[in-house]
Amino acid sequence: MLAYIIRRIWQMLPTLLGVVLLVFLLFNWVGGDPAYVLAGKISNPDQIDNIRRQLGVDQPYYIQLGIFLKQIVTADFGSSWSTNEKVSHILATRLGPSMTVLLPLLFLETIVAIALALAVAYVRGSLTDRMVMIICTVGLSVSILVYIIVFQYVFAYKFGWFPVQGWGNDVWENLWKYSALPILILLVVSIAPNLRLYRTFVLDEINQDYVRTARAKGVGENRIMWVHVLRNASIPMITHVMAALPGLLIGAFLVERFFSIPGIGREVILAVERSDFPVIKALTVYVAIATMVVNLLADLMYKAVDPRVQLK
Amino acid sequence: MTDLTLSAVHAKRREIAHTVSPGLWTLAWRRLRRDRVAMVSLAIVAAFLLLMVLSALNLVAGDWAREVGINYAPPSFLEPDAAPATPGATSTPNQQSVVPEAAVPTAATPGSAFNSTVVDPIGDVLAELKGEPPAAAGAEAAAASTIVDPLADVMKEIEAARNPPPGVEGKSVDPLADVMKEIQSGKGGAPTAAVEAKRATLPFGADKWGRDVIAKTIKGSETSIFVGLAAALVATLIGTVLGALAGYYGGAVDDALNWFYNVFSSIPYLLLILAVAAVLQQKGTMTIVLILGLTGWTGAFRLIRAEYMKHKGREYVQAADAIGASNTRRMFRHIFPNVSHVVLVQMSILVVAFIKSEVILSFLGFGVPVDVVSWGSMLNEAQNELILGKWWQLAAAGGAMAVLVTAFSLFTDALRDALDPKLRGAEG
Repeated sequence: MLAYIIRRIWQMLPTLLGVVLLVFLLFNWVGGDPAYVLAGKISNPDQIDNIRRQLGVDQPYYIQLGIFLKQIVTADFGSSWSTNEKVSHILATRLGPSMTVLLPLLFLETIVAIALALAVAYVRGSLTDRMVMIICTVGLSVSILVYIIVFQYVFAYKFGWFPVQGWGNDVWENLWKYSALPILILLVVSIAPNLRLYRTFVLDEINQDYVRTARAKGVGENRIMWVHVLRNASIPMITHVMAALPGLLIGAFLVERFFSIPGIGREVILAVERSDFPVIKALTVYVAIATMVVNLLADLMYKAVDPRVQLK
Repeated sequence: MTDLTLSAVHAKRREIAHTVSPGLWTLAWRRLRRDRVAMVSLAIVAAFLLLMVLSALNLVAGDWAREVGINYAPPSFLEPDAAPATPGATSTPNQQSVVPEAAVPTAATPGSAFNSTVVDPIGDVLAELKGEPPAAAGAEAAAASTIVDPLADVMKEIEAARNPPPGVEGKSVDPLADVMKEIQSGKGGAPTAAVEAKRATLPFGADKWGRDVIAKTIKGSETSIFVGLAAALVATLIGTVLGALAGYYGGAVDDALNWFYNVFSSIPYLLLILAVAAVLQQKGTMTIVLILGLTGWTGAFRLIRAEYMKHKGREYVQAADAIGASNTRRMFRHIFPNVSHVVLVQMSILVVAFIKSEVILSFLGFGVPVDVVSWGSMLNEAQNELILGKWWQLAAAGGAMAVLVTAFSLFTDALRDALDPKLRGAEG
């Protein structure tokens, strides 16, 4: 097990190096001289020269790459070009709000989608099943922007059930008051595609022989669905939950912007608006690392769920 | 080039088709024809494409930028004529939100006593301010106006008269900042159209400057659908070529390209798009096609690579090798026609995904330039309009997109089932 984890982490390194190269290429080569970007923000030429020296853009590319690598390892990306806030501080303070939205969402979304999928697959072919599938297909086609705009207007603005936007300092207040509507919206948006997919996973299992055997032995329907079928259907589900994480992130990006939640997504959008390269660079690299770690966790979870899986 | 090879293969097939069984595409088309859902969605998609082409040729919605209606003219099915016609029957929630709107045409005329109708920007301010109070004060104001319409008109008159001064000078609070923006943007587009007689209602309403929402939606579809199609083409092309190389050659080539794939797929999609958008400073339709195409090829790569790995050992490829066909020829002349259905399905999945992405990007302001209308930029405008109770632009852009995407997804599903039932569920 430990050997497997170590080997996987070892295998991550080339990919990570690729991400670093890609980001470096984008921002230091395609992006051109940062002095041009900065020139719009700072008018003093001495200051720009100073910054250029600080960033090392007057150095050859391999030294610049070295600087970038050092920045990643030490987590010291300097300060934001726009607000002068330390990039490491930005990362540390924006992570909490994002997680406040993402973690409950991931939890709720998985539970609700699985429960609905089991229920819908159980009554497969019925009118309920077909209606739910039609609603999912149509719901999938409406832009996430429309959901956010309409929900925010109706539930927060018109009915006043939730605050229109805002964020506090207290974790519980944030969770119950400010994240409730964003989570609800993302839940609605992400249920439709997942339900459709999970239903096919369950359907693949529901006609297997072991289900018939269990039924013949007199096992209750609830136990059949929740224990026997779910256990077998959960392998592709885990793959999908993990694969869908970046998608959740997109939704979270937008929701953070609409509801002024001071999270990673809002920071990325702000940084792109302001051409704040250090912030985007740092966020891209670290989010990519996080994605890789999550993928590793997914593989480890297979083993936990299904002992037959051999980790190689 | 791919088309050429395809048609060449078809031609060859057709020669012997008289005696032998029909080919993959004929069979698939037959299966598709029998699927009623597929045919209906195909018709809808075709209609959208037709509208898009007509709009690109300036035959339809060419004058979308003309301000044919008054500012925020409501859809005609809500208010058949000017406001006094329907004072009593305002009980549905829909119309409640529109009631303040009803006051605009009538109130604007006396308002001209102090300079409003001719100079557009201020007319804008008036409309804006009239929309604001009920929104801010909640349902009460709207309810009050439903019962006694004339009085409400007077009230609004007073409010309007009272409010403009701070609207012109102050800018500390949010709503006023909006008004300021309104004035500035109004200056840009309005003066030329001030002379024309403007209609109080339009078939599906008008936007902030009185432009027909239907024409605008059609014009917006031109951008959104074009970006979706073109970016899908670029992404599928990259994914197919790289996937073919990786799957066919295997070994070091495969390792290198797989590494490339891992790098791209380990950065969350939107983050990658935003990073590229941040770097490419100039905005434009082609830029966004490039961004989406260069970042979105990974799914196609994975599938095509698997297909090529499967096919490269087959007998017909060995036979091609035996008659001396080069690697390139084997890859694209022999194998490609046999995996082209995967490519087609993948492309059609990507079109939907890219239309959605374009809308999000343009909404955030990283997409098409400001002077180009797309569904995303329409949604962006509609976001602020909704608070004023003007929901029709949101409905038009959101609805058009939902219909197209539904039809396209259903068609893609049917296409996948018709071409290769085994592929079902392969790609979420």
